[in-house]
Amino acid sequence: MTSARVPAALLGACAALVLLVAVAFAVGRFPVSAGDLASILWSRLTGTEHGLDPTIETVVLRIRGPRVAAALLIGAALAAAGAAYQNMFRNPLVSPDILGVSAGAAVGAVLGIFLSLNVIMIQSLAFAFGLGAVGLVYITANAVRGHDPLLVLVLAGVVVGSLLGACVALMKYLADPYNQLPAITFWLLGSLASASPEDVWSTLPLMLLGLVPMWLLRWRINLLALDDEEARALGVDTGRIRLTVIAAATLMTSASVAISGVIGWIGLVIPHFARMLVGPDFSRLLPTSILLGAAFLLGVDTLARTVARIEIPLGVLTAFVGTPLFLWQLATARRGWQ
Amino acid sequence: MKLEAKHLDFGYGTRRVGHDVSLSVEAGEVLCLLGPNGSGKTTLFKTLLGLLPAQGGAVRVDEMDLRARVRNEIARRVSYVPQAHAAFFPFTVEEVVLMGRTAHLGLFSSPSRRDRDAAHAAMARMRIEHLADSIYTRISGGERQLTLIARALAQDARVIVMDEPTANLDFGNQVRVLQHIRSLAQSGIGVLLSTHDPDHAFICAHRVAMLHEGHLTRLGAPAATITPDSLREIYGVEVAVVRVAVGEGLERPVCVPGGALSGGRS
Repeated sequence: MTSARVPAALLGACAALVLLVAVAFAVGRFPVSAGDLASILWSRLTGTEHGLDPTIETVVLRIRGPRVAAALLIGAALAAAGAAYQNMFRNPLVSPDILGVSAGAAVGAVLGIFLSLNVIMIQSLAFAFGLGAVGLVYITANAVRGHDPLLVLVLAGVVVGSLLGACVALMKYLADPYNQLPAITFWLLGSLASASPEDVWSTLPLMLLGLVPMWLLRWRINLLALDDEEARALGVDTGRIRLTVIAAATLMTSASVAISGVIGWIGLVIPHFARMLVGPDFSRLLPTSILLGAAFLLGVDTLARTVARIEIPLGVLTAFVGTPLFLWQLATARRGWQ
Repeated sequence: MKLEAKHLDFGYGTRRVGHDVSLSVEAGEVLCLLGPNGSGKTTLFKTLLGLLPAQGGAVRVDEMDLRARVRNEIARRVSYVPQAHAAFFPFTVEEVVLMGRTAHLGLFSSPSRRDRDAAHAAMARMRIEHLADSIYTRISGGERQLTLIARALAQDARVIVMDEPTANLDFGNQVRVLQHIRSLAQSGIGVLLSTHDPDHAFICAHRVAMLHEGHLTRLGAPAATITPDSLREIYGVEVAVVRVAVGEGLERPVCVPGGALSGGRS
């Protein structure tokens, strides 16, 4: 991949994203045309009247707008976190929840549902437990000396993750099968149906807080893909960079999972797509992953609310839509995982 | 500029691998470390690079203790060429060589035009410029080794530590790498390398150090150090060292396995 082709690819991806947003607004029970969307946004920006049906404004600003924004944000965040983690763990099978963030968030959310707490409490619990789980894994791994630090980290993540999985299973077993169990199942499959403007505004700063250090450290994150001692001999303080990447990725993933539930697949596979397109250099991989992740989740979420009479769970649809796409890309790519 | 070990004890954690090793590499000098498998060569190298903490004694770079220096300060002075390995990601050769510039970059910086120029100069010196856009994971073992040496050159350190740079290379590539090592030293870079072939020391080294069971047993000029006695001592086999003509009026010692191998039928 020559560097000249990268801006063109990025521009193409941006254009596709804008088109997808327009399509996402235009389909569904209340179709909003691109023109209406533009005039509502324009009137919000300038404070003038748009002269359209107030229902359309409500759809755009309170219902579909937040949902579209949440899909873009979460898709971008999961893909970015996945890209960073795959570099850092030098492994194609790694997703953002390798260190237990999703399992932790699931315990938090399921606990909230089990205790019949309100939505905000459930989200807060999910966020806090996600951070807590990774913190626990990191501290445990650091306490173990004399092994490959990455290996210990992954092992601790897997073990803690399965423990948390058992906690979720226990609560599901004990939950009220008529009220709580469907809510738990629904949450575990992921959905953006109830995304509110408040969700978007509370998540956005957390996403940026995770994304900024990733972007700033983009060159050094490349070197994390080398053997640990090799990277240190090249002048990288691998321990600190790794901690920063873990903190950033965990923040983004935990914030995502808290409002959308567990959406697998994106953080695992979108970075592969991106790597096949632009190569492994993180300064190109990160923006490409972000764009692809955002576009992919928006597309899938739009399908989820339009193809059937009921909402299809996102976690299910991402895999159904993504797997054939990925296999096609794998068969045609010239450059990817070795 | 000098990389120096003084009464160095080294090992992993509390496990002692080597004891009381003192040696130094000056700029412009090639020091070749010989020693059987498990003698502690790699552990010694890692300690000299500051990747493992010294258990006793000290490692000094530029007359300063390694412990007083942070990672990228060390990396600007001493670079490391690991054994050519399989990489995890399909980086291009140019990107791999550019990674050598990291110690010269700010924490949040990416390589600039100047870093790119330095990387290309390093590739030109190793005569691998034509590989710049090749994928590192798809080139041959010899080309990878040259890429890693180019990366160390781009790092712009005065001393390069090479862990078995000729391992897993075919005969031609071994000779090529040794010639490159020679010419690096001529340009004022100090090279510390390990090898399993004592002949390589005759080809490229100014001095030879022998490591046996964690102790430095010999240190000196190749012809005086690599003898049937010293080789028997560290490898436990009979070796004859003979002089052969390698060109017009040029002679070089060569090691030939002897003892039971050739003497069995006589």
